[in-house]
Amino acid sequence: MELSQILLILGSTVLVNNFVLMQFLGICPFLGVSRQVETSFSMGLATTFVMTMTSAATWLINTFILEAFNLPFLRYVAFIIVIASLVQFVEMFIKNMSPVLYKTLGIFLPLITTNCAILGMALQIPMNEFNFIESLIFGFGAGVGFTLAIVLIGGLREQLRFSDVPESLQGAPITLILAGIMAMAFMGFSGLIAM
Amino acid sequence: MYQLIKDFKQGLWEEHPLFVMILGMCPTLAVTNTAINGLAMGLATSFVLISSEIVISLVKKLIPNDVRIPSFILIIATFVTFTDYFLKAFLPDIAASLSLFVPLIVVNCLILGRQESFASQNPVHRSIADALGMGIGFTWGLVVLSIIRELLGMGSIFGAEILGTGYRQMIFMILPGGAFITLGILVGIINLINLKRSGN
Repeated sequence: MELSQILLILGSTVLVNNFVLMQFLGICPFLGVSRQVETSFSMGLATTFVMTMTSAATWLINTFILEAFNLPFLRYVAFIIVIASLVQFVEMFIKNMSPVLYKTLGIFLPLITTNCAILGMALQIPMNEFNFIESLIFGFGAGVGFTLAIVLIGGLREQLRFSDVPESLQGAPITLILAGIMAMAFMGFSGLIAM
Repeated sequence: MYQLIKDFKQGLWEEHPLFVMILGMCPTLAVTNTAINGLAMGLATSFVLISSEIVISLVKKLIPNDVRIPSFILIIATFVTFTDYFLKAFLPDIAASLSLFVPLIVVNCLILGRQESFASQNPVHRSIADALGMGIGFTWGLVVLSIIRELLGMGSIFGAEILGTGYRQMIFMILPGGAFITLGILVGIINLINLKRSGN
């Protein structure tokens, strides 16, 4: 495993193929919990954690159970069970290990199960035929990309409080338009890495 | 009967899943680059929604309350796998262009949301009415959004040339940025209509 390849996967998942702004994955928390930078960051942190764990767990299950016994039709069911139980496990783990962190992340953890960025990431691993280490980096990069996008939009929405937004555009619509402008900016990265 | 019509009509406008409740955003933004993709996604989601609402409202008494969310997701995932294999076998072109977003119907919050708030509390016939209304509402939302994007982005609707060969295509509309902005403006317009109707 060369360093350049690790950086390549990281750069491509964080910037070029940003999960939120380029692949439309994880839009629900992106719109729902991005009112402040602080909560956005906590959500991003929790998601990154779950994503990294998920990438490892689903890689193992996919390679040693689903592919070994030729059961590809169970993939969606198996992956979603893994994600749901992992989220539950992470919740219990954090609760016991660090009550302070649990207080910050607590309410966001159950939401992560239905974050389509996680399942989307897990399904892209077999598509790209990554090995174990590559999968881990892919999962981590996807989480960092998600965090970047949600923290940026959180900052923009904090500033938005001082501007005069028409009543009909308040809330989701203006956030979507902001995200559109950010997606345009992220297009600038598209020539950076060719995968 | 009156109750059934009311359940059905809810999803069409008042509680429209896309424009009012802002649910199921990921497929909405991702696959509405052409009208045919939008329609296919709408129908696939409606199928999963209707089948899982029927099953869940039938078995709701058998599922312990503590494990209801995982059970719902499993039932949904089963129907999604079925849809995925059906599309791959009979409509391979559409399956290829929707790619990742067919399996992601599993985590579409619209579907899980309806199970939690409707199917798990109401009898089968009302759940069917609700699922049909929500499904049609979701589908028309996707089709409207994708028609706008395809028309401005490629000058065609459902692949048929509308604006002629002289039209300068706004490629931006088919790209991610265009998706966000078009949807934002559409939600704004719907909000404006609803505000006008309720206000004065």
